[in-house]
Amino acid sequence: MGSSSVFSVASASLSLHDTNIKKKLNFGTNAFRFNKDGTNTFSNFKSSRRISMAVAVNVSRFEGIPMAPPDPILGVSEAFKADTNAVKLNLGVGAYRTEELQPYVLNVVKKAENLMLERGENKEYLPIEGLAAFNKATAELLLGADNPAIKQQRVATVQGLSGTGSLRLGAALIQRYFPGAKVLISNPTWGNHKNIFNDAGVPWSEYRYYDPKTVGLDFEGMIEDIKSAPEGTFVLLHGCAHNPTGIDPTPQQWEKIADLIQQKNHIPFFDVAYQGFASGSLDEDAASVRLFVARGMEVLVAQSYSKNLGLYAERVGAINVISSSPESATRVKSQLKRLARPMYSNPPVHGARIVANIVGDPVLFGEWKAEMEMMAGRIKTVRQELYDSISSKDKSGKDWSFILKQIGMFSFTGLNKNQSDNMTNKWHIYMTKDGRISLAGLSLAKCEYLADAIIDSYHNVS
Amino acid sequence: MRPPIILESTTTFSSSSSSSSSSSYSSCDRRLNTLARHLIDVNDQNQMASQNISPSPTASSNSVFAHLTRAPEDPILGVTVAYNKDPSPIKLNLGVGAYRTEEGKPLVLDVVRRVEQQLLNDVSRNKEYIPIVGLADFNKLSAKLIFGADSPAIQENRVTTVQGLSGTGSLRVGGEFLAKHYHQRIIYLPQPTWGNHPKIFTLAGLTVKTYRYYAPATRGLDFEGLLEDLGSAPSGSVVLLHACAHNPTGVDPTLEQWEQIRQLIRSKSLLPFFDSAYQGFASGSLDADAQPIRLFVADGGELLAAQSYAKNMGLYGERVGALSIVSKSADVASLVESQLKLVIRPMYSSPPIHGASIVAAILKDRDLFNDWTIELKAMADRIISMRQQLFDALRARGTPGDWSHIIKQIGMFTFTGLNSEQVSFMTKEYHIYLTSDGRISMAGLSTKTVSHLADAIHAAVTRVA
Repeated sequence: MGSSSVFSVASASLSLHDTNIKKKLNFGTNAFRFNKDGTNTFSNFKSSRRISMAVAVNVSRFEGIPMAPPDPILGVSEAFKADTNAVKLNLGVGAYRTEELQPYVLNVVKKAENLMLERGENKEYLPIEGLAAFNKATAELLLGADNPAIKQQRVATVQGLSGTGSLRLGAALIQRYFPGAKVLISNPTWGNHKNIFNDAGVPWSEYRYYDPKTVGLDFEGMIEDIKSAPEGTFVLLHGCAHNPTGIDPTPQQWEKIADLIQQKNHIPFFDVAYQGFASGSLDEDAASVRLFVARGMEVLVAQSYSKNLGLYAERVGAINVISSSPESATRVKSQLKRLARPMYSNPPVHGARIVANIVGDPVLFGEWKAEMEMMAGRIKTVRQELYDSISSKDKSGKDWSFILKQIGMFSFTGLNKNQSDNMTNKWHIYMTKDGRISLAGLSLAKCEYLADAIIDSYHNVS
Repeated sequence: MRPPIILESTTTFSSSSSSSSSSSYSSCDRRLNTLARHLIDVNDQNQMASQNISPSPTASSNSVFAHLTRAPEDPILGVTVAYNKDPSPIKLNLGVGAYRTEEGKPLVLDVVRRVEQQLLNDVSRNKEYIPIVGLADFNKLSAKLIFGADSPAIQENRVTTVQGLSGTGSLRVGGEFLAKHYHQRIIYLPQPTWGNHPKIFTLAGLTVKTYRYYAPATRGLDFEGLLEDLGSAPSGSVVLLHACAHNPTGVDPTLEQWEQIRQLIRSKSLLPFFDSAYQGFASGSLDADAQPIRLFVADGGELLAAQSYAKNMGLYGERVGALSIVSKSADVASLVESQLKLVIRPMYSSPPIHGASIVAAILKDRDLFNDWTIELKAMADRIISMRQQLFDALRARGTPGDWSHIIKQIGMFTFTGLNSEQVSFMTKEYHIYLTSDGRISMAGLSTKTVSHLADAIHAAVTRVA
């Protein structure tokens, strides 16, 4: 970096009288770029001009920083907010909306918060690994309370900052203790997965997943790519309700995937963001994870309570590592803590207490399950309505049944970037550029409008 | 499985679950650490080579995690764990870096409870994701709190503020931002400093060096050493400064010394990075505790500042803080914000809403704000009173040595100057729990327990070398 070597020659004193030159001067990393005519900024100075070191501070050290693009997913909501058109529809971020398209705070969550306030609990630091009651509850929820892995104490659970934070801890563990190991990520996947592994310093490559021809799973491609990855690769799997496609392997396909991963000594890393939210059943949605654990495999699992408990902004989740012995689980947990400490010291208490209170009380737990079934049910209903609307309006004979086969909050429409842009620019429907729509943001009342927009974008835009 | 190595020892990796960390990160430890890290890398490679042909991980005798060693327990938690195990009725926990009442109980501020009730009663509130940078009003109000409402930097839109996960998270995001975008990836930490600082910045991707700070001989500031070390730092280096109530020593520069530090830093184009974890908690005055930072902002220069609301609002477990970056221009400030988002999103996507909502509600309402300042001053005053009481008690006993540092040091902690043998003695014979570097948390003392502590110190000093 040339800039720092100039400044260490502090005895050279130059003072700026020309404000134009002040603007051109850039004391960041760009300081020694050459202009198109081959000159360098500093070469323009005549010997009579002096730049004083105090004035050098007039230029920012950060001026050379490029403006980052807006987040592709969260940026959609920002664009939606800015749109003043009355018919606008936000199908961008995956946050549940009621039929009235309002955010939803679960009743059981409000009850829990009231209880917590009545009890007057303190706000002391949680242990680095988080709230013990939460960690116990979350592992049991994921694996089943009577799961042998739990009974044998082979599960290390550390509370994390929702799904993202939990994935990041897992990624940091991989980077530190499995140097050179890669993560295999589905193509496509949630937009933030790659950023997480990039920032954690873990290399990744992709396995085929989505088949645009069938708007379904490219199972052959997936198997081939997992097979050809070097032994000991981490394979990132969506536990249920694949984001963004909504396409999940069948139970039989899961068995084959597990077979292959075992053969190749790969390590499965599940992202479970929708347990209970996909089918409406907590147990059903955890079937894939439990299948792997039942085989005695060592597994990483990141969990999130953003959607299934509507705790988005509270940032509650967990990273679980199921290993082959309790002794190993102890060591792994201690190292996860060592990674969490320099990141944020210990996790936030509020959301974890809400979860622990709900899961720990049979009445509240029952109420939660009912509300979750309601949310999942509403999504299934709009799926059906959307499908009915599109298939009755579209006379082209295109098969739209993938809408019904997909599961969870999202539907991969199969629309490309241009078509997605048309959805936004012409119809004021906000979605992500990969063609993903969030059904959670769709009401029955809006299905017809959406159907028209999709048909128009699909057929009239290329 | 590898045997435990130096890297894992408590003196080098003394981590903490709170800002009240234990031992200092000495340069000797650092050298050993670096050496050990080199050894680990070699070992890891050998280990990984043999791992590649290992049998299926499903065999119970084998695990892909076999090469992970057990990290040591956090030294602070270790203190509390030992304290909890002790059956003695006279035991005293002075390791904890969290405020305790005169009755030795944790405290949730009354104003915080009231705001929480308000928030619950507000039907318009929901739990939707907040922006990546956090709550807008929280950010604005936090900037005003630290820089002053009339700060020209704020008025000129040169301040970028993002909500962070308390102090730790704000420091980490700042560190990662600098590692990505700043040309000089060296950060200077005071010797000693909070045990988590070196780890935060190392993992963020910066190279950690130290500058002299504490003078054991005087139990005060080694000002000459500080000026020398910062004076010889490579131009552009980042310098971590504790805004007030230095942790763990409690030794702060005077305002005159701060002014000299500022001049030196600006003349060398060093980049100041303030850690402000005790604003209002140190002296009782929010403005007084922010003076050093404001001194730097006033000269128009750039700086970073991490804030924590853990202590001054008692929001420890809620993880509320902020990172502010003061740039030269509004344009740069918005570049900076966009890049901070890219650091945050792959770390935790967006920050938690609860604590920030509490802070924002308090800061924006004049009455709540006033009530807060009263409770804050009460906490600070109780600690100052404990300092005086301890000092008086030692004087009354004629304990050998100069104990004036107890009342000269500021904030939650006192660096007693006791050595680790004396500390062990105090724990064993008097059931007093503190960190091995001799740091005590004044927040854990009460009028009833001062004499017990004074007895212990007296005994330690007179009976143990």
